[in-house]
Amino acid sequence: MTTTLDKTEGLGPAVAGAAPYITATFRIRRFNPEVAEEAAWEDFEIEIDPKERVLDALHKIKWEMDGTLTFRRSCAHGICGSDAMRINGRNRLACKTLIKDINPEKPITVEAIKGLTVLKDLVVDMEPFFQAYRDVMPFLVTTGNEPTRERLQSAEDRERFDDTTKCILCAACTSSCPVFWNDGQYFGPAAIVNAHRFIFDSRDEAGEQRLEILNDRDGVWRCRTTFNCTDACPRGIEVTKAIQEVKRALITRRF
Amino acid sequence: MKIHKYDTVIVGAGGAGMRAAIESTKRSRTAVLTKLYPTRSHTGAAQGGMAAALANVEEDNWEWHTFDTVKGGDYLVDQDAAEILAKEAIDAVLDLEKMGLPFNRTPGGTIDQRRFGGHSRNHGEAPVRRSCYAADRTGHMILQTLYQNCVKEGVEFYNEFYVLDLLLSEVDGVKRTAGVVAYDLATGEIHVFQAKAVIFASGGNGKFYKVSSNAHTLTGDGQAAAWRRGLPLEDMEFFQFHPTGIWRMGILLTEGARGEGGILRNKDGERFMEKYAPVMKDLASRDVVSRSIYTEIREGRGCGPEGDHVFLDLTHLPPEQLDAKLPDITEFARTYLGIEPYTDPIPIQPTAHYAMGGIPTNVQGEVLLDNTTVVPGLYAAGEVACVSVHGANRLGTNSLLDINVFGKRAGIAAAEYAATADYVELPEDPASLVVEQVERLRSSTGTERVTEIRKALQDTMDKNVMVFRTEQTLKEAVDEIAALRKRYKNVSVQDKGKRFNTDLLEAIELGNLLELAEVTAVSALARKESRGGHYREDYPDRDDVNFMRHTMAYREVDADGNESIRLDYKPVVQTRYQPMERKY
Repeated sequence: MTTTLDKTEGLGPAVAGAAPYITATFRIRRFNPEVAEEAAWEDFEIEIDPKERVLDALHKIKWEMDGTLTFRRSCAHGICGSDAMRINGRNRLACKTLIKDINPEKPITVEAIKGLTVLKDLVVDMEPFFQAYRDVMPFLVTTGNEPTRERLQSAEDRERFDDTTKCILCAACTSSCPVFWNDGQYFGPAAIVNAHRFIFDSRDEAGEQRLEILNDRDGVWRCRTTFNCTDACPRGIEVTKAIQEVKRALITRRF
Repeated sequence: MKIHKYDTVIVGAGGAGMRAAIESTKRSRTAVLTKLYPTRSHTGAAQGGMAAALANVEEDNWEWHTFDTVKGGDYLVDQDAAEILAKEAIDAVLDLEKMGLPFNRTPGGTIDQRRFGGHSRNHGEAPVRRSCYAADRTGHMILQTLYQNCVKEGVEFYNEFYVLDLLLSEVDGVKRTAGVVAYDLATGEIHVFQAKAVIFASGGNGKFYKVSSNAHTLTGDGQAAAWRRGLPLEDMEFFQFHPTGIWRMGILLTEGARGEGGILRNKDGERFMEKYAPVMKDLASRDVVSRSIYTEIREGRGCGPEGDHVFLDLTHLPPEQLDAKLPDITEFARTYLGIEPYTDPIPIQPTAHYAMGGIPTNVQGEVLLDNTTVVPGLYAAGEVACVSVHGANRLGTNSLLDINVFGKRAGIAAAEYAATADYVELPEDPASLVVEQVERLRSSTGTERVTEIRKALQDTMDKNVMVFRTEQTLKEAVDEIAALRKRYKNVSVQDKGKRFNTDLLEAIELGNLLELAEVTAVSALARKESRGGHYREDYPDRDDVNFMRHTMAYREVDADGNESIRLDYKPVVQTRYQPMERKY
């Protein structure tokens, strides 16, 4: 089914004056078990400024054409992690992807991220993802008396785990991982990234415990170093490198 | 309909809600109801830092911080609350560090600090380094750290539960807290949570503006629920416009950029803030800087073909400094504008950012039903609340501080109350209001569309209730909002289903925004003076004789069911500081 809209009003904030609109087709994977058992592709043709975000396009479709189109979003600038989806076959945040950058000459495909159960349209069940996160003890563990003031940490020690503190738990990495697609028991890159964030924090004292958790059959050794996760990360975290560092720490027991 | 029973229920899982949850979970059986997964909350979008007079890099103390907060708020701040905020700031930062927050460090390994707008040494002498930060993702790190500690403490979350109503029961003539009613997004089911104590920590309402730094989900659901149950809203006319939003998009670029040395320039390349704030320059308070930007634009010195923005210039800063201290905002400029901040200035304009007003509370976080009486068992903290530590204008880095100080206080106070209080009987048919609201929207065949009304609301708010206001613009806004509220009664949604019906929830959120916009415009119309974030061109001076007082707005319903807004006023608590003319 193709639904068209020929008016250009009501666009997002990036539009004013003589914005060069283009006509783009969004081919969206729809699924609503209240309506049909099977998922199906649906095309929406819209006129839009190519400098706008894919999220703006999804809003335009939802707000002006089909209110049943369902997706998660909140901050709209790549910091809350709500709107990871598969756009033209690659995991991205809809709010950080500009239409001009994904070849709008051809239909743009949008579908839910893979490896997690689709609940409706672009909404997946995030619970297994967050459970894996919770399982790696994602919090600072210390022993002994607390200091009166802050714990000291050198700028170098702070820098050691800086990259992995950027994670927004959007699941773009985990749901791009072929190992995770085949076996949902695998902790997945995001959980390992968050374990890394604490294992390499000089203040933390539970590195050994986290390494044991990740030494499990569903832990880091399942990683096949395909780098999908690094490519998918909208925060630019070197995910594969972080996983390799955890593997190395398991072998050397030094971190 | 399902009924749950908890000692303490917290509404919202941003900074204030999770900080409260960490305390209340240790002391009482607690549930956190949140319309977003906790890590999606907008606390995560805060960038620049959290103020505390740690004095790690230069001389500083909490009294200076208190003064700056009071002055920043144009003396509408309750000074007892500001003193608590500034004193407890130090422990609030240290608490977070001990919970694991990865602050940037000084060469000596202590928490590093940087400059921020309105924060000064010795009562305005010069900018001071008071903002504790983690690059330009301090809010992200606070949100992550608090969620991590909620996991550690085993906090119980109900994710994607929208709280749509507050239940109050009258016992011996006293309104007491009975619980809340929530809508489960995944299933469409309605849940009643009976609780001895309820804490609203549901965030702001900045989505009634179009150019806004706020998330789509910041729709004032907590304020609106309290309002509909007859509780007042305080100082709603005070809304902060952050000076540096990305042009037209409104995405926040931290004040930390100016704290690191960034400069605002007009089309002639002039550093115009020197004219408006000779001492603090680009680091004057946000209301002053936003007004200065619009003055430049109005006087024809704006940039671009339409002269509708100015530049944030970072090009004189070393790329290494930008990469280390401002990696996210420089990335935003590249992603959304295609601009390289190493070499090119960034087009910016003020963006709707923060509600100073909200549900009135005392310093324990207890919600007030008039100027002095508390509602037993009801608490609020964070942007949803008005303590008031921000007065007429909040200082940058004081909101991340507010959520931690008053989130913690509310969490402890609520749990301690719940430990001794009894459950209040639920009102008869407790979910009726929500059921009626949801069913009406789901079955409506009305011709009005959510998107059109929302756009019209945002247009009138941007046009009429922005940085510059007059009697005429505010009257226009009041009339337009009233008309939009009428149209809203005839709104319908396309999605009639139960499963993840975000179409329906957006309609409900719009209803909340409309009510709060009306309170904002009506409160602004009545305040015939200029103070902090509320600037009236027809009354350009601050008027301490008539308006050194908080606005208290009440919803009134007459016998025929007609709604109106009644305005009353509450005295400002003044302790150490006499109002002075505000200069930066």
